[in-house]
Amino acid sequence: MVAVDASVYGGEGMRKASPAVASRPRRAGGLWRPVLLLAVGAYFVLPFVAALRYALQSDTGTFSFSAFTGITAQQGFGPAIGLSLRLLVLTVALTLGLMVPTAVYVHLRLPRLRRILDGITILPIVVPPIVLVIGVLDVAPTFAKASPYLLGFEYVVLAMPFAYRSLAAGLAAIDVKTLFEASRSLGGGPLQTLRRVLVPNLRAALLSATVLTVALVLGEFTMASLDQYQTFPVWIVAFDQNNSHVSTAVSFLALFATWALLMVISLLDRRGRTPPAGGE
Amino acid sequence: MLGLAPFAIYALVFLAWPLADVVVGAFESGNPGGGLTLANLHAAFSGVYRQGFVTSIELAAITAVVPGVVGLLVAYAVETSPHGSLRRVVTTASGVFANFGGVPLAFLFIASIGSTGMVTRWLAAIGLDPYDHGFTLYSFTGVAIVYLYFQIPLMVLVVTPALQALRPQWREASESLGAGSWAYWRRVGAPILAPSVLGAMLLLFGFGLSAYATAEALTSGSIALTSIQIGSFLNGNVIAGQANVGKALGLGMVLVASLSMVVYVLLQRRVSKWSQ
Amino acid sequence: MPDVSFGATVELRDLQRSFGSTRALDHLSLTLEPGELVALLGPSGCGKTTALRVLAGFERLDGGTVSVDGTEISGVPAQKRGMGMVFQSYSLFPNMHALDNVAYGLRMRRTAPAERRRRAMALLDMVGLADRAKQYPHQLSGGQQQRVALARALAIEPRVLLLDEPLSALDAQVRLQLREQIRGLQQRLGTTTLFVTHDQEEALSIADRVCVMRDGRIEQVDAPAVLYKRPATPFVAEFVGTMNRLPARTAGAAVEVLGRRVAGGSADGRFPDGAAVEVLVRPEGLTLRRDEGGRGILTARTFLGSVTRLTVLLDGEPAASVKVDAPSDEAAALELGSPVTVELVDEVVMVVEPRPGGVAGSVPAGATIGR
Repeated sequence: MVAVDASVYGGEGMRKASPAVASRPRRAGGLWRPVLLLAVGAYFVLPFVAALRYALQSDTGTFSFSAFTGITAQQGFGPAIGLSLRLLVLTVALTLGLMVPTAVYVHLRLPRLRRILDGITILPIVVPPIVLVIGVLDVAPTFAKASPYLLGFEYVVLAMPFAYRSLAAGLAAIDVKTLFEASRSLGGGPLQTLRRVLVPNLRAALLSATVLTVALVLGEFTMASLDQYQTFPVWIVAFDQNNSHVSTAVSFLALFATWALLMVISLLDRRGRTPPAGGE
Repeated sequence: MLGLAPFAIYALVFLAWPLADVVVGAFESGNPGGGLTLANLHAAFSGVYRQGFVTSIELAAITAVVPGVVGLLVAYAVETSPHGSLRRVVTTASGVFANFGGVPLAFLFIASIGSTGMVTRWLAAIGLDPYDHGFTLYSFTGVAIVYLYFQIPLMVLVVTPALQALRPQWREASESLGAGSWAYWRRVGAPILAPSVLGAMLLLFGFGLSAYATAEALTSGSIALTSIQIGSFLNGNVIAGQANVGKALGLGMVLVASLSMVVYVLLQRRVSKWSQ
Repeated sequence: MPDVSFGATVELRDLQRSFGSTRALDHLSLTLEPGELVALLGPSGCGKTTALRVLAGFERLDGGTVSVDGTEISGVPAQKRGMGMVFQSYSLFPNMHALDNVAYGLRMRRTAPAERRRRAMALLDMVGLADRAKQYPHQLSGGQQQRVALARALAIEPRVLLLDEPLSALDAQVRLQLREQIRGLQQRLGTTTLFVTHDQEEALSIADRVCVMRDGRIEQVDAPAVLYKRPATPFVAEFVGTMNRLPARTAGAAVEVLGRRVAGGSADGRFPDGAAVEVLVRPEGLTLRRDEGGRGILTARTFLGSVTRLTVLLDGEPAASVKVDAPSDEAAALELGSPVTVELVDEVVMVVEPRPGGVAGSVPAGATIGR
């Protein structure tokens, strides 16, 4: 669906106000807490369990790994995953290549525009893929429509908000201005500074932006199906007609992979977290 | 300003241009040689399309309010829990689940509460088969249930900072002045949280409105939702002369979403004003 | 003018509280007389805030009791204690303007709306903010917010007022003004007040008595002047005001310091004869003069107004850097680097063991030893 990160919608205004966590009141007591959390937890876990179970069954109802092992052999899988991966590379490259300099530029030179650009986060709501795709199919020249890579270019638009917010958060946490000025005073040009100074310091934010883009591309169904390209998610749906066990197995793996990737981000986030510079 | 050029150009070509096409196209007649017209808009807001809008808004509203409340309770339960590790687990989990959706999620739910799903069979075993009582996953209700899967975590993520910004000093000051829990929540806690909670629900509303993939995967387009209806235009189910009704539908969606986002932004601004 | 309320007697008896392995309160006992302002002073982590919060009812006790006017209130919830509390910062309810904030406690007591408004306005007037009654906290400066917070706490006519570092987050100038205002109000109303701070100058300037704490225990409770002149322990001596440490040697019942034999200073048999010790002396207890043969060199000066604080490096075994106060006129005549002789003019405050591994020298106010 969408690539959401905790920092993206967490209310910019509130961030300033968070006091030290130390004196948070601990109100123990009450049965409702465990009951609520258990109920909600069950809602989230059961579908996974159910899917795994179903995927481990063959058509005859016996236990079998065939749904998983046979994935790569299924008809259409290769081309579908290949297409998705190629789109992935294109999208990530374009998104980062476009958004990193933009985010840095806005952060450094146009701080007043920062607020406006922060509004980019509501873009996926105001112009959802379903609306975008109609427009795209209409205005895109035929040569563009003939290539699946058009999708990649549009995916960049979908990924922009999340990538930008990740980067903006990362930039806010390091003192970009000072780093830039220090580098300039030592003779570094803007591109060099970007490459040698900023990028290494923004590693976590970059990784986060990348992973969110990956999750988005691998899960994007709307535009791909309506553009009539068989990317991975489109393939899953189409294939369901043949063998629903495989489709379910693939879905399970897709979500599991997303989960794993996002866990990686959150682990990196915690380890590499440096306290914000200065009083904010 | 020049540094923004690449971004601006890209956004112009791949975002603004298609969007403009939709907005303008909504007013263009589907008949060749025809000029501007309101016919598309008229068609978009009547009959089955009107129903589509109504249903979409209903779905978005339900999947904003219910997960809104559940998410708020979960976030509160976690924030005030004595177990610090719980908070970490829930935050990480929310970040993960909020990104699920679309096709894979639909399949997971088919496997659990589909007509032969695991949970369905469990319930049937104790005599409570929901399908006997008219329930089906491949319906409005079913889609709503699935939407909860990413709406609840999204709510938790968005509302947690707001809960964290409730300073313990406020609660303590309130207590030292003689107020009990109820009075505190009524006069201080709820009023302070309200804009954030409402804003969060608006966000959920927006996402619920624009979602397509999950509903499509579950119902194969048989449900009357605006996003699905727009999709069907692209799949070639077009009545002659009504080619641009799809665009009119798109325009309608954009308008409703924009309206809710305007309110959202206003609420956010109120929130940041208070938290100085 | 609001009714004058007479303060209550507060008894903290043998308080104990631990957080994990840290002992925040270690058998702490303290009594506050009606109407007096007692400052709890100490470095971070000494337990002063914990003590205050225990009194307020926000912190449980592992042992000991809290009594107000003879009645034990250890089990009474904070909500029912009727103590006014002012926090360090940001405690005003952001969704209410100043007047409603101040009237909050009265609303909880079900005071009639008109009466509520009247009393809240009177209190805002008392802190000089009547013209800002309808403004919201985010529209007020830090100092103004704290004044509203004070008015809010006083609105419920508490017999005990608790202040948790109320001035720490404010600018220096505002801090001074507000400090006097708090003291003035407190005296006028006769409210028993407990004031927590880590700023020793603040504590000394407004309190009737200052309670110096360390590691959950009380080091000394006395009037400010007594604390300054006759500290009970080296910790108090060095925490309150600036203190010099000079190398010295015991000689019978006296000590030898700065080349002279000086009486007592409570050497009183704690040290063997001829032992190397250190002696605590205030900057105003020393004097200096230019002397070509002097053992000291003037290394720095700090202009404090009518008095200048001069830093002198004394050679010797071991060397020591001391601060000496001198009238500014005299001090101006000395250039840095001049040779000087430093002499004792006042009594030695205390004789102590030499600090392990450290260089003898002056200890700035509020410093802690060996942490």
